[in-house]
Amino acid sequence: MNVTPPLPKWADLILLPLINLFAAFFVCGLIVLAIGENPFTALNVMIKGAFFYPESLGYTLYYTTNFIFTGLAVATAFHALMFNIGGEGQAYIGGLGAAVVALLFGPNLPMLIVLPLCILSSAAFGALWALIPGYLQAKRGSHIVITTIMFNFLASSLMVWLLAGPLMQQGQQSPQTVLFADAAQLPQMREVLGYFGFELANSPWNLSFFIALIALVVFYILIWKTRLGYEIRAVGKNQEAARYAGINVAKIIIIAMAISGAFAGLMATNEVLGVHNRVILNFTAGYGFTGIAVALMGRNHPIGIFLASLLFGALYQGGAELDFEFTSITREMVVLIQGMIILFSGALAYMFNPSLARLIARISAPKEATDG
Amino acid sequence: MKLKTTLMTAAFSMAATIAMGADFKPAVIYDMGGKFDKSFNEGVWAGVKKFTDETGVEVMEFEVTNEAQREQAMTRMVQRGATVVLGVGFAQADAIDKIAGENPDVQFSIIDVSWLDKPNLRQYAFKEQEGSYIVGVAAAMASETGKVGFVGGMDIPLIRAFGCGYVQGVKATKADAEVFENMTGTTPTAWNDPAKGAELTQGQIDRGADVIYQAAGGTGVGVIQAAKDAGKLSIGVDSNQNHMAPGSVLTSMLKRVDVAAYSTFKDAMDGNFTAGVQNLGLAEGGVGWALDENNAELITPEIKAAIEDATAKIVSGDVVVHDYRADNTCPM
Repeated sequence: MNVTPPLPKWADLILLPLINLFAAFFVCGLIVLAIGENPFTALNVMIKGAFFYPESLGYTLYYTTNFIFTGLAVATAFHALMFNIGGEGQAYIGGLGAAVVALLFGPNLPMLIVLPLCILSSAAFGALWALIPGYLQAKRGSHIVITTIMFNFLASSLMVWLLAGPLMQQGQQSPQTVLFADAAQLPQMREVLGYFGFELANSPWNLSFFIALIALVVFYILIWKTRLGYEIRAVGKNQEAARYAGINVAKIIIIAMAISGAFAGLMATNEVLGVHNRVILNFTAGYGFTGIAVALMGRNHPIGIFLASLLFGALYQGGAELDFEFTSITREMVVLIQGMIILFSGALAYMFNPSLARLIARISAPKEATDG
Repeated sequence: MKLKTTLMTAAFSMAATIAMGADFKPAVIYDMGGKFDKSFNEGVWAGVKKFTDETGVEVMEFEVTNEAQREQAMTRMVQRGATVVLGVGFAQADAIDKIAGENPDVQFSIIDVSWLDKPNLRQYAFKEQEGSYIVGVAAAMASETGKVGFVGGMDIPLIRAFGCGYVQGVKATKADAEVFENMTGTTPTAWNDPAKGAELTQGQIDRGADVIYQAAGGTGVGVIQAAKDAGKLSIGVDSNQNHMAPGSVLTSMLKRVDVAAYSTFKDAMDGNFTAGVQNLGLAEGGVGWALDENNAELITPEIKAAIEDATAKIVSGDVVVHDYRADNTCPM
């Protein structure tokens, strides 16, 4: 009698996220009202700050790029029912991969060789960092959540040691590497579009955005159009059934984790190769964790991940503008607002699901069924 | 007639001041720890507040939450008409170097940096090792067990310099004293983890330490609390933290970032802004130790004399405190 009817796909993918988002904004509006600011003015500042002043869009898309990579990382693992919360560490180590190639070959080889090598290396290092927890899960049964989060700490300890020690730039005190040679610097979008005659304001938006878009397509093909993707999803749906069907479950888990880590590692192409042009302390800045919310909100689908990344990019950039504009809205308030949206669209993603499903079922149910 | 002229002159000079005031727009960009970290950033805030209270000029503020925001915040401040921008902490060095180069008409200033070179950039560097040395002297004098502790925040060269100066001060006073050193962590959360700070402090107390010095931002709150709960002594850092546990905080190593912030804006306002590096140690009053009603009973005349003696020797150059950052090693 009280069985919840399944939610139609369009409602699950579009309507439900929108309702969640609206609920989050509503609660945030109440909070903004409570501290004595007009929520509509704040929303206006946030939207303007995210899209409508010269460099804002560039910043929004720069954040978006990070979230696409980390969102894809979480989603890939999730299709195999692995919860990879180590995106942060994998991205950090990915930065090391980019740096090793950039520092070794950057000064000697042309850009067309160095850059692709840097990109591959960052993916490879990220993959390696996820491969170990993947192996431990598949072969030794160590829970992936525990190992990946521990590997975040290992990554950050290793990187601090390297950045404050062997890799540290001499003659200054900031734990960071030297600036990469020009050949290892990913071109800025401003330069690229400027070449085609478009004037763009100064922002960290760079070519890695296209790498992120390509990664979305690769992800789609991999998961839904290849044998490997089918096996990953089969393992995710039911390990026993997959094993019965002749799939090597352990192998698939390890491979899925490695691919997941590779996506996370690619985040370094944006931060390390595109923006800072060196490895700096803590360049991952929590993007790896936000990737979890992105993947949840994007329903592990490339289009959803892109839209969720764009939303979080806009929140990060627009949130900074709030901080600039209002003295009463501090950065803690901005974090609170971002947290609300993660709460409603991630943790409480299915809160409205049953009632919405019943509502839709009632509206769309055939007449005779309700009469009976 | 004469009165009229005087009045006119006064009016003119007032108008000039107001016009100057309208053109003068200061801005400060705090770093990750946040404005109210009870330590480093808050010290800057105290200087900013003093400036605003004295001159009535509002200072635009921003607190960064991620790496990319530093450059963005500086650009935005300049776009909003800032004439002098103060960056807080070495992490902003690259950003300020770039933005200062792009905006030669705007004055910039940064704290904890000494290695940049721009004609419109002032840099403040502090000799933390000297301040840490004299509180090390105090710690060795106050310790009954001959064992003292140090709790650092994130394990970076700057914090090792605090620890290294401290050890030198302790050993110079009591050659056989033992110093336990712990770093809170390797991620920026190490600046804001009072629970871990308390845990490390308890660990050091269990090993016999009875005076613990901390240079750990918000984590230090936990160190001070844990020392107080165990009936031991702690030493504050950056700002005067004596008041946080009166009678339990032996003293605080003062790093006068408030002076740096205040003088940046004051000089810029008065037209006295100069570029270059200001290296502030004991001699310049850039670092020091705190004595107030909260720790007056803890600082015996002997301790006070020892601190003053060490200070005089460092100022005169008789004692040279090794800076960890000079060669990334500590002689102790």
